[in-house]
Amino acid sequence: MTTTTTGTSTVNGSVGTAHTRVEGRDKVTGAARYAAEIPFDELAHGWLVVSTIARGRIRSLETAPVLEMTGVLTVLHHHNAPRVDSDYVGMLGTPDPTAAVFQHDRVPHMGWPVALVVAETPEQAREAAEALVVRYEEEPHDVAFSGERPDAYAAEGHMPAVTEKGDLDSELAASAVVVDAEYTTPEEHHSPMEPHAATARWDGGRLEVLDSNQGTTWVQGELAKMFSLDPDSVRVRSEHVGGGFGSKGLRAHQVAAVMAATALQRPVRVVLTRRQMFSLTGYRSPTTQRIRLGADADGRLRALEHRSLSLTSTVHEFVEPSAGVARVMYDADAHHTANRLVRLDVPTPTWMRAPGEAPGSFALEAALDELAEKCGIDPIELRARNKPERGPVSGLPFSTHNLLACFQEGARRFGWADRDPRPGLRRNGRWLLGTGTAAASFGAGAMPSTAVVTAEADGTFTVRIAAADIGTGARTALTLVAADALEVTPDRVHVRIGDSDFGPAMIAGGSMGTRSWAWAVTAAAAELRERLTLGTGIPPEGITVRSDTSAAIGALAQKERHSFGAQFAEVAVDVTTGEVRVRRMLGIFAAGRIVNPLTARSQFVGGMTWGISMALHEEAVRDQASGGHYGADLAGYHVAAHADVPHIEADWVDDPDPDDPVGIKGIGEVGIVGAAAAIANAVWHATGVRHRHLPIRPDRVLPAGAAAEGERDA
Amino acid sequence: MAPAPSTYSVITLNVNGEKYTLPVDHRTTLLDALREHLDLTGSKKGCDQGQCGACTVLLDGRRAVSCLQLAVAAEGRAITTIEGVADGERLHPVQQAFLDLDGYQCGYCTPGQICSALGVIEEHAAGWPSAVTADVRPEAGTPSLSAEEIRERMSGNLCRCGAYVSIVQAVAQAAEAHTAQSHTPETHTPETHTTRTGTAEDRSAEAKEATA
Repeated sequence: MTTTTTGTSTVNGSVGTAHTRVEGRDKVTGAARYAAEIPFDELAHGWLVVSTIARGRIRSLETAPVLEMTGVLTVLHHHNAPRVDSDYVGMLGTPDPTAAVFQHDRVPHMGWPVALVVAETPEQAREAAEALVVRYEEEPHDVAFSGERPDAYAAEGHMPAVTEKGDLDSELAASAVVVDAEYTTPEEHHSPMEPHAATARWDGGRLEVLDSNQGTTWVQGELAKMFSLDPDSVRVRSEHVGGGFGSKGLRAHQVAAVMAATALQRPVRVVLTRRQMFSLTGYRSPTTQRIRLGADADGRLRALEHRSLSLTSTVHEFVEPSAGVARVMYDADAHHTANRLVRLDVPTPTWMRAPGEAPGSFALEAALDELAEKCGIDPIELRARNKPERGPVSGLPFSTHNLLACFQEGARRFGWADRDPRPGLRRNGRWLLGTGTAAASFGAGAMPSTAVVTAEADGTFTVRIAAADIGTGARTALTLVAADALEVTPDRVHVRIGDSDFGPAMIAGGSMGTRSWAWAVTAAAAELRERLTLGTGIPPEGITVRSDTSAAIGALAQKERHSFGAQFAEVAVDVTTGEVRVRRMLGIFAAGRIVNPLTARSQFVGGMTWGISMALHEEAVRDQASGGHYGADLAGYHVAAHADVPHIEADWVDDPDPDDPVGIKGIGEVGIVGAAAAIANAVWHATGVRHRHLPIRPDRVLPAGAAAEGERDA
Repeated sequence: MAPAPSTYSVITLNVNGEKYTLPVDHRTTLLDALREHLDLTGSKKGCDQGQCGACTVLLDGRRAVSCLQLAVAAEGRAITTIEGVADGERLHPVQQAFLDLDGYQCGYCTPGQICSALGVIEEHAAGWPSAVTADVRPEAGTPSLSAEEIRERMSGNLCRCGAYVSIVQAVAQAAEAHTAQSHTPETHTPETHTTRTGTAEDRSAEAKEATA
């Protein structure tokens, strides 16, 4: 027996120091195994068959010829699939019934799963799935989204649908300057590089699912409820996850894989195709937003209205809460916000990186820029004059509010002071040049989690937590947090994540993952250190402490808790081709204590890269006739590629969260917020034309750009 | 009636210097042969239709998307996958640069990015121009491997996490080391602990590039 305790010297200071990813070597050598890459004997392959109509009923499935095809093992569909329960409340609310596959004959959208063909090889499964004849009773569908829908209704989602204070019309009438504009954002897709994949198998009476998800205990809980299983008899593992961005929760592929594994009593793997991901994994709803701002001549807001319309499916309600951002950012005597929804024959949208804030900040921050122009005030000064003292709607104090510090540091580093505010003046060859800025914010929250920390007999420590590292660097961040909490060097800490057997934990989402998990790890480590200082020595099985942060997080005082940021962009616009190039970007963030500067910078820059993509490229176009997408793949849906992305700088100001044990706020989402607005504002500064509809495509720039020339000449 | 033609063949693939003999369905792509038959899952399947670059391997030293290559057509060719890039335990300089500079996040596009970067460095060293090469006349010589050249040449490899900035830095660092190796003994220290990047010089260089 060894009597190692925490070591001879205490170490503190891993948090805040750059560390390469602990799983980095596995990722650069190809050794890291993702969900579809773990081999099993007798593995069978499932291939989903999805609807080719947007609304109607399945009349028949001609399974007999398919079942005779080589290698085909079964075809699951609504006549023979196990019944599941989708009438429950899971960790994050009621499930999207899209995941409860093969329960009825109704088709609510194009690309709805109607069958799963399972075969010995992927080639056989795919061929049989493509050969399966499905006949439908087609009904007329409605996929037309516009701001004019009379059937739109106010919808809550995770925040109040409507907030109203003051008399909007009279304050607008009394305003010296008014901005009244409509902004639109298109349907956008997460498009993680790794397609959703799950392998399900029964192992000694337990259901095991190897999956690519953002929360193993989340998916475990959903599957247990859906299949009416004891949660302890379900284990979900998710070691490496190839991106998620909000799309990797409970989806059709896991449920179909479990059904097939149960029916065949063999391991079954179901991997979505890239095309299927466009209809089965959620997306960001298009939005139509109307902003009305009224201000005194000095720019102080008297009136603010932010109304947003988004869409959802006919089977599940999801709100893209774009008007929520106005409830945090700016106050006004009359302050009205509303999130509204229309139901169409489309798949259900879901959370996508900065839900609400990403499209909402585009509209609001572009409108602020228009107001600055009309008032003749610098855009940063305008934001300084309208910094709220308390939550504009809640009336609660801010835990910290370091937006202006971000703007100050950003302005200094970007060279903002030298900027001539007049638009359309700078030319470099065929390029018109401009710069723009915008504010960013995202909620800083924490959710209860449990962690298990063990002092091993060999002097190392093992941390077990059902966290997910979807590329955020969480595994490495938690290693540093645990090292500091244990007062040892990080090389003595082994963090194991992605296994529902480790106990309940927050998902990787809402910028709350690392903060929530770090809290639980810190709590367990602190208690373990106390136990170790008693000096009793470590038995061979180690000493293990489990934490649960439910009570601590439940005791947090009600405050406005947010990360903030200042985005800066410089663009070049060629008005003869319509091309917009982002030349450089700078983002300065106040986002809590930064655990690992190396990976944190990557996350901020990644978010800003999403901002470029959102501003200039991404747009899923729905064909009104068929109800499906044009080009539902990575050629038809362009996400920013290498050549689209210039050098991007991201940095931060000191902003530790006063109520978090580590000082963390969360950094996954704030990087995209405001980024598209900064780019759109820069395009205006370059050309003199406001682009209120994303993406700013060449065909939108071409006619508008010519107008700018005229304006400038005038 | 003639018997149905066989839809399987036994083929031999040369992967990372090893010969593998395996029966494959004629429809099996090289990517699926690697992943499903040889358990070489480092090559990733992001789209299965040649649009994302995650499955990039080197075929006879040149970049290829293995999802658009039938396994039966890859017989007799030298196939290099991510598993064959390192020299035993010693990472290739491109791999090391990705690791040191955080040229990835989720890691799923990474093997393709690294294989593609190897191709880029070789193509550049061989004097191949790209769409952004200003002067493509043979007498103009090899263009410098600027950030803009790297971005253009790497654009077949999507990274949804948005790690492009670090990837470009990693490729530039590895390419510089590659060049230095062949010309001078100068070495580069990996910037493992860099938290600030983008000096004023960087920015003005970027600006020149964007408007070139």
